[in-house]
Amino acid sequence: MSATALPTVTPISTRAARTRVGNVTQARVALSEWTKLRTLRSTRYTLLAAITMTIAFAIIPALINASRWSTMSAHDKASFNPFETSLFGITFAQLAFGVLGVLVISGEYSTGMIRSTFAAVPKRLPVLWAKTGVFGTVTLLLSLPATLIAFFSAQAILTGHSLNGHDIALSISDPGVARAVIGGALYLTLSGLFALGLGAVLRNTAAGISAFVGVLFVIPPLMDLLPSSWNNAISPYLPSNAGKAILQLGHPAHILGPWTGLALFAGYTAAALAIAAVLLKRRDV
Amino acid sequence: MIEVRNLTKRYDQTTAVNDLSFTVKPGIVTGFLGPNGSGKSTTMRLILGLDAPTSGDVTVNGKHYAEHAAPLHEVGALLEARSVHTGRSAYNHLLALAQTHGIPRSRVDELIELVGLESVAKKRAGQFSLGMGQRLGIAAALLGDPEVVMLDEPVNGLDPDGIRWVRDLMKTLAAEGRTVFLSSHLMSEMALTADHLVVIGRGRLIADVSVEEFIRRHSRNVVLVRSPQATELAALISSPDVSVNAVEPGLLEVEGLSARQVGEQAALNNFVLYQLKSEQASLEEAFMSFTRDELEFHATTSIPDTEKDEVLAA
Repeated sequence: MSATALPTVTPISTRAARTRVGNVTQARVALSEWTKLRTLRSTRYTLLAAITMTIAFAIIPALINASRWSTMSAHDKASFNPFETSLFGITFAQLAFGVLGVLVISGEYSTGMIRSTFAAVPKRLPVLWAKTGVFGTVTLLLSLPATLIAFFSAQAILTGHSLNGHDIALSISDPGVARAVIGGALYLTLSGLFALGLGAVLRNTAAGISAFVGVLFVIPPLMDLLPSSWNNAISPYLPSNAGKAILQLGHPAHILGPWTGLALFAGYTAAALAIAAVLLKRRDV
Repeated sequence: MIEVRNLTKRYDQTTAVNDLSFTVKPGIVTGFLGPNGSGKSTTMRLILGLDAPTSGDVTVNGKHYAEHAAPLHEVGALLEARSVHTGRSAYNHLLALAQTHGIPRSRVDELIELVGLESVAKKRAGQFSLGMGQRLGIAAALLGDPEVVMLDEPVNGLDPDGIRWVRDLMKTLAAEGRTVFLSSHLMSEMALTADHLVVIGRGRLIADVSVEEFIRRHSRNVVLVRSPQATELAALISSPDVSVNAVEPGLLEVEGLSARQVGEQAALNNFVLYQLKSEQASLEEAFMSFTRDELEFHATTSIPDTEKDEVLAA
């Protein structure tokens, strides 16, 4: 890239007409974080991937099952879960939101941007709260319509297919359905913020994503290696299992109640962010 | 105004900044000079509160940097390594920083124009050359119309035009009454830009003087003598106050005597002279030998040799 010509220096005029410079406020830092988030390509790609996966992985399995319904065995029909099918994509969306949550902060460390950020906001914590607020809002505002679209489109595809004389498609007004669909969006939002907390603690993209995947995706299946009494005692309290309780219809065994579980996951998220806050204040940049 | 008082920063085993005290005054350009690895960047990070001091204190315009309500209005800084997200455009980088202080977009445009980045303002900063990155950093530093402008090695990667531009800019800012503090490892650069010098070596203060004074005190006058009897002449004029260096066979560099004194001594002893020339050693050499002497004076046995070599090589 060729250099561009430099204008002559004299005079800088800034003294003549003093620039309007205000104080740092939480709202201003939030606006700055919103600008940072929306001006990176990685944000757009990751969010697009999250929404696409949430919707696509609801529609695709619904289409497959609907088209094969007439030829499916009674056993297959009985074991088909029309609700889980419509929120199947949440797991993938969770991964995308998690990666972005880590990147929101780790990307600043890897590029050195964090020095500019903390030079502008040397109290530091407003940056963490702004990132949490902005990223949390964006995640919620995108995942809520995504889970609703996923649910309604999957059910629209499944409607007209029946099992034992009942239409297999669910209505949003069926018991627990609205809670689970909206809860799915809340679960995704909390997952993103949990990742942001991990990213802020670890300050490294690879470490942050590994920790996120480790805690939410790798540890839960490992629990199956434990004696079932241990597994049943521990598993419900793991972050992902606790958070996913909100997605359950009915009351399966060894899973916390939907709101209890989500509250526990919110607690894990708050703990990650609190540790991040303490370390952010203490550590050198 | 930057006030550094007994500032010390230790990382595990190394002491990056060691009991450093100095004041940077407004209205002049103060050069922060020292070999690479002498603690300049660490000191600047401590001033901005990016790192916490192990002991001691540093204030900017009377307060700790983080205590100011509008920090960017107090200090505008260009830090050592790049401090920009590589995926964001120059314009958006400046905009995000401006928004933390409610600084209007018009100011962002103004600065992009000031540093001459209009044509690349929408390009991602990761694609910038080192020189363009420096200019973006300078724009960021000036965003909040700061009282104190602090730049770490601002001319790194700039072409001669850019270097002259930065020099003019610094002088203009100081003339406006601002505090201008810039680091460099090059004495020659400082001699052209700075009015005052804070010199450090291995984290310690070794000089806090005006540039004029520093040059007067440390520029060495040497006499170059070419003679077929160089060895004999060297033996004759050497004394505790006079150092004689054999630059090459038949050529001596004499320090401590004037050309006239050397000529008279040679004539008295019937030595043939081919050349006799008075010369001023470069400021860079003067600075290097000065810092080397100071560092050796303070050197302790605990300093590993590799680190010492690095400092001396710098």
